[in-house]
Amino acid sequence: MKISKEKFGQSVDALSSDYRLIAPVSEAGGVNYKAVKSFSDVKQDYLNSKLPPKSLFFPQHEKLISYVKNGKDVTVKNELKVEKTILFGVRPCDAKGLLLLDKVFKNDQYQDPYYYERRNNTVVIGMACKTIAPTCFCSSMGLSPASSEGADIFLIDLGDSYDLEIITEKGKALLGDLGLSELTAQEQALVDAVKSAQTTSQVDVSTITEKLDKMFDNPYWENLQEKCLGCNTCSFSCPTCHCFDISEEVCQNSGSRVRTWDACMAPLFTLHGSGHNPRSTQKARWRQRMMHKFNYFVHNNGDIACVGCGRCIRSCPVNMDMRQIIDGVNKAELVVE
Amino acid sequence: MEQNPYLPITMKLTKNLVETEDRNINTFTLEFLNKQDEENFKYMPGQFAELSAFGYGEAPFGIATSPTEPGILKFSVAKVGCVSNALHLMEEGTMVGVRGPMGNYYPVEEFKGKNLVIIGGGFAFTTLRALAVYMLDPAHRGDYGDITVIYGARNPGLLLYKEELAAWENNPNINLVTTIDRPAEGWTKHVGFIPSITEQVAPSSVNTYAVVCGPPAMIKFTLPVLEKLNFPPERIYTSLEMRMKCGLGICGRCNIGTEYVCKDGPVFSMAQLKDLPSEY
Repeated sequence: MKISKEKFGQSVDALSSDYRLIAPVSEAGGVNYKAVKSFSDVKQDYLNSKLPPKSLFFPQHEKLISYVKNGKDVTVKNELKVEKTILFGVRPCDAKGLLLLDKVFKNDQYQDPYYYERRNNTVVIGMACKTIAPTCFCSSMGLSPASSEGADIFLIDLGDSYDLEIITEKGKALLGDLGLSELTAQEQALVDAVKSAQTTSQVDVSTITEKLDKMFDNPYWENLQEKCLGCNTCSFSCPTCHCFDISEEVCQNSGSRVRTWDACMAPLFTLHGSGHNPRSTQKARWRQRMMHKFNYFVHNNGDIACVGCGRCIRSCPVNMDMRQIIDGVNKAELVVE
Repeated sequence: MEQNPYLPITMKLTKNLVETEDRNINTFTLEFLNKQDEENFKYMPGQFAELSAFGYGEAPFGIATSPTEPGILKFSVAKVGCVSNALHLMEEGTMVGVRGPMGNYYPVEEFKGKNLVIIGGGFAFTTLRALAVYMLDPAHRGDYGDITVIYGARNPGLLLYKEELAAWENNPNINLVTTIDRPAEGWTKHVGFIPSITEQVAPSSVNTYAVVCGPPAMIKFTLPVLEKLNFPPERIYTSLEMRMKCGLGICGRCNIGTEYVCKDGPVFSMAQLKDLPSEY
């Protein structure tokens, strides 16, 4: 079913007193998700954002608690703040990335309220990809440029209008009755074409988890990381990477405990107070990155923690390519004990 | 909203005791400020908590008290980094933050009806002390067979909980063996490293569990001794340390393979560890 962009924009703008609108906008260095005042400010033609929209739920830097000390006493305050949000224009890879993060921030024992309060107060409007980058490989990760998984409402851009599909009750409740109209035959053909599109780049992850079960001590890891700078860009730009640090920001008697993105590629990440470091080499850290995404995460959560968005490939300063590394795992010879 | 696991409760530091002669380890006694906080903090021996020194940061430490000691928590902490130094210097009466209890605990249910040998070295004795105190409690002592504690330190001054050790010496409910690395003036107990002392004094492995905690070198050389004494890996438990931040299995740094030491540990059997990568 179809709705004109104008009418859709009016519907979204009409909600602006209750919801802030976060959407792709052009800025120096690329497209990113930012708060916009009106739907007319939203960038409509974009490949994907430079950074995934995970920061909306898991900011790069956030205050968890704050406190004021008074002599020997202290007053502690919870700093969790939530705004109702419409997150517009999320690509299929990133929408799936949010579903994977959902599994991280809630486990068998704990639920992270900072992440979940924001997540529960956000409606995700997904958008199919009309342009596919050479680094995209979502089709290999069980997705496609038009998969609606993880979106509450899913759109396909038809020029002046959208093909609109309500995916969840949350999506249905947001926009109410929109007065959708039927697609023309020409529009239906366009929708069909977008829905049948696949990424040109493909990798085989069909047996990677089982293979990695047997690869912890494999020599494959020895040379893999040689050119890695340990800059963390791959992790920061990854829609599923979620590691963080908690530290203190203090000014005289008051302070806050803050959470910032961290990454398994950094040596300090696992350094003990004693000086011992269980992952003291970049080799061990790359192995952890691959094992976590393609093995540990699968065993713990039932999914591979990679969505094929290709950001790590596009942003790596030394051209490390996840697809080649996956391929290398597939081709690695198993060491017989 | 559910309880926020990042929000610490405040507890009062009522005693800041220098525990060892080298002044490197202090034992902090923290008092719950109200009944509600105490009721919410239901813990078992082997669990840990994140302590906040407000203005400095937060770090994880094993709980040295047993739940059979109401009203307080104790932590014995070595001076290592920013947070532990701040705690060492803290004046009694100061409020500290506590998040927890976290992690799993020694399988005291599984131990029921069995003998236990607790083997500890250096300042890793904290949660082992909690375990021993828990089992020695009159409400629990009948559940267990013989309890043997083998505890060593480099020299007598570095042993933790000296008064308590002295009391255990005369307690028929527990068999305490203490040892130091090299002879020292006035020391009349065992002299020698934990692995060789264990070999000499360990009880029969029949119907017995072993709990081992200490520096990596001690563990490395004690495990083969236990194997030689026919302790199967399923009946040897240890508690691991890792750099931690959240303590909730989310921040990503303390995993060994699929297991997060903060949430799935810190207590593991040797049988479990054999199935995990040797990355700890």
